[in-house]
Amino acid sequence: MLTWIKAGLRGVLDGVERLFDAAFSPRHNPFNYLGALTVFFFWVVLVSGIYVFIFFETSIFGAYASVERLTHDQWYAGGIMRSLHRYASDAAIITILLHMLREFAKDRYRGPRWFSWFTGMPLLWMVFPLGITGYWLVWDELAQYIAIASAELMDVLPIFTDPMARNFLTPASLSDRFFTLLAFLHLIGIPIFLVFGIWFHLLRISRPKVNPPRALMTGSLGAMLVLSIVHPALSQPPADLNKVPTVLGFDWFYLPAYPLIDITTPQMVWLLLVGTSLVISLLPWLPPLRRAAPARVTLDQCNGCGRCVEDCPFNAVTMLPRTDGTRYEKEAVVDPDLCTACGICVGACPTATPHRRKSELVPGIELPDSAIAALRAATLAESAKLSGEARVMVYGCECNTHLARLRGSQVGVVTMPCIAMLPPSFVDFVIARRHAEGVLLTGCRDGDCQYRFGIDWTEQRILGQRDPYLRQRVPRERIDRQWTGDRDLAPALAAFQSRVQALGPLAHDDGPGATPAPTSTPQEQAHG
Amino acid sequence: MASVGKLIGQGVAYTAFAVFTGVFATLPTYHPIAQDQALLKLSFTHAGQLIGECREMSAEEMAKLPPNMRRPKECPRERHPVHVEMVLDGQPLLSRQLKPTGLWGDGASVLYTRYPVSAGTHQIELRLRDSGRSEGFDYSRDARIALAPGQNFVIDFDARHGGFRFHAPAAGD
Repeated sequence: MLTWIKAGLRGVLDGVERLFDAAFSPRHNPFNYLGALTVFFFWVVLVSGIYVFIFFETSIFGAYASVERLTHDQWYAGGIMRSLHRYASDAAIITILLHMLREFAKDRYRGPRWFSWFTGMPLLWMVFPLGITGYWLVWDELAQYIAIASAELMDVLPIFTDPMARNFLTPASLSDRFFTLLAFLHLIGIPIFLVFGIWFHLLRISRPKVNPPRALMTGSLGAMLVLSIVHPALSQPPADLNKVPTVLGFDWFYLPAYPLIDITTPQMVWLLLVGTSLVISLLPWLPPLRRAAPARVTLDQCNGCGRCVEDCPFNAVTMLPRTDGTRYEKEAVVDPDLCTACGICVGACPTATPHRRKSELVPGIELPDSAIAALRAATLAESAKLSGEARVMVYGCECNTHLARLRGSQVGVVTMPCIAMLPPSFVDFVIARRHAEGVLLTGCRDGDCQYRFGIDWTEQRILGQRDPYLRQRVPRERIDRQWTGDRDLAPALAAFQSRVQALGPLAHDDGPGATPAPTSTPQEQAHG
Repeated sequence: MASVGKLIGQGVAYTAFAVFTGVFATLPTYHPIAQDQALLKLSFTHAGQLIGECREMSAEEMAKLPPNMRRPKECPRERHPVHVEMVLDGQPLLSRQLKPTGLWGDGASVLYTRYPVSAGTHQIELRLRDSGRSEGFDYSRDARIALAPGQNFVIDFDARHGGFRFHAPAAGD
């Protein structure tokens, strides 16, 4: 059931995101920056909120008038800032919900990723009260409705002896102290907890994308600015506890739970809110549970170079003092609770080279379920079946379900959890040993790597910008990269084969006879 | 440099995002009560009478107590629950037994309840019992009230001021 829901959502999202890829380019697709966009909107909310607060009167009798003055007397500044404050808050809810939906659909919330998912829920429980208390401070009819409904909601909890809602029975029951408490919560209390919550949310992520690209920030801010000018946020009539508002302009981003209090009961609303939150929080542990074995370090092959630490997207590998008495200073240690078994560390390991033949191919770090020796064996098995003048070896990550169909007399296919698990030496191995005339590397949609940096690291390794580098001797025109996600690559492959064929046979043979003898130590292999 | 097609695509996306945000920030409107309705609220904090009588403490009893705990009367802490009824136009709207708050049942009984009712004139009858008697009521008030559309009509209870109090002018009261 859950699998079907996810597959359906993934299909819809994939279609929409491809449209956005076309309009924004993959590297600026807002769907790839939903978390970062949320943080950006909070910056807008913070800056605009500080401006609004300068002119805001923190009292139940002066609040409404001060907001009205701000909105109308200085519409060109205060009015726009107020509108930005509101609309950026609403936009943050949209990006948060899309962010959650997307991580769920793309299965990026389970296994070691449970932490970010789980710590996201408290953030929601902070963001909604933050917005609700903001509406409360205007003290218009909507604020009056929210104040009373919120108090009724709180009153079913066994916290208060006197019902909180009695504070809003009549104009005479109103107290400035309560209003001051709310202002404190909105301006200082909740925001501080929110900042800590965001820090906690990102704690287990290496190089988190906290800021979206500048173009995306400019466009988003521009959209909010235009909206603020065209459709400024306005107050509703002032609160009057002798009356009950009968028509309310309603913010459905922040307040959808409130009508439920009127339709059902406050108890039912609590049950719904807490129950939904619990179910969402516990999703990472619901079946189907599957977990690949985490990466494993083979100490006598590890030279402590630290490349795996540098490349791990989830901070799962750390360097600790050597424990085996060898001359190396440090050794890689994998935290199995953080390892997603993507294999990116294997692709970074200089000992994971298929050129090794005299010693057993066991790198310093590798995935027990996808050994590098098995990857070489698969490469050799696939290439052995190939014939013709445009043989291509396709290496792809498991996100593409169409890859197996590409197999043919001239096309071999080898898959792995993430394309960045493939050490660049494999490309050299295929071309230099004439196992194929070309190598096609494929993976997730550009900007949307399942393991965050698989595409980036692969690109940088091929382009010679990131260690381990692809050797200079490999003719780059014999390599194609297709970051298309779960798409049929047949047309792209056919085009690449044509190009490879036009290049003619491989110019030199760096075959077995020309291969240097395998190095004797991991240190030497690293520099070989 | 982005192509014209890309710029148009981005413009459409940003516009759609802004429109979606702007529309659902205020629309559709919500109606907490219908336009021809008023809200009737009954809320109070009232302590029921003590469950037993106080009695004078004897000199012997006083002598047994530490000096700081000696008091002339010994009173039970527990209070009677408060029973309240509200009838509107002859139809029972509320009949509830309110337990005293507090771990020892020595606190006030509290009530907060609201009913959307049609605007217009209504006959309201209120009854309250706080003495633990099995029949009859200790306080009552009958009145004819006129409710305007959208009016918040609040009924409180204060024994010191004679019982039920209306926080809005009630016709025929």
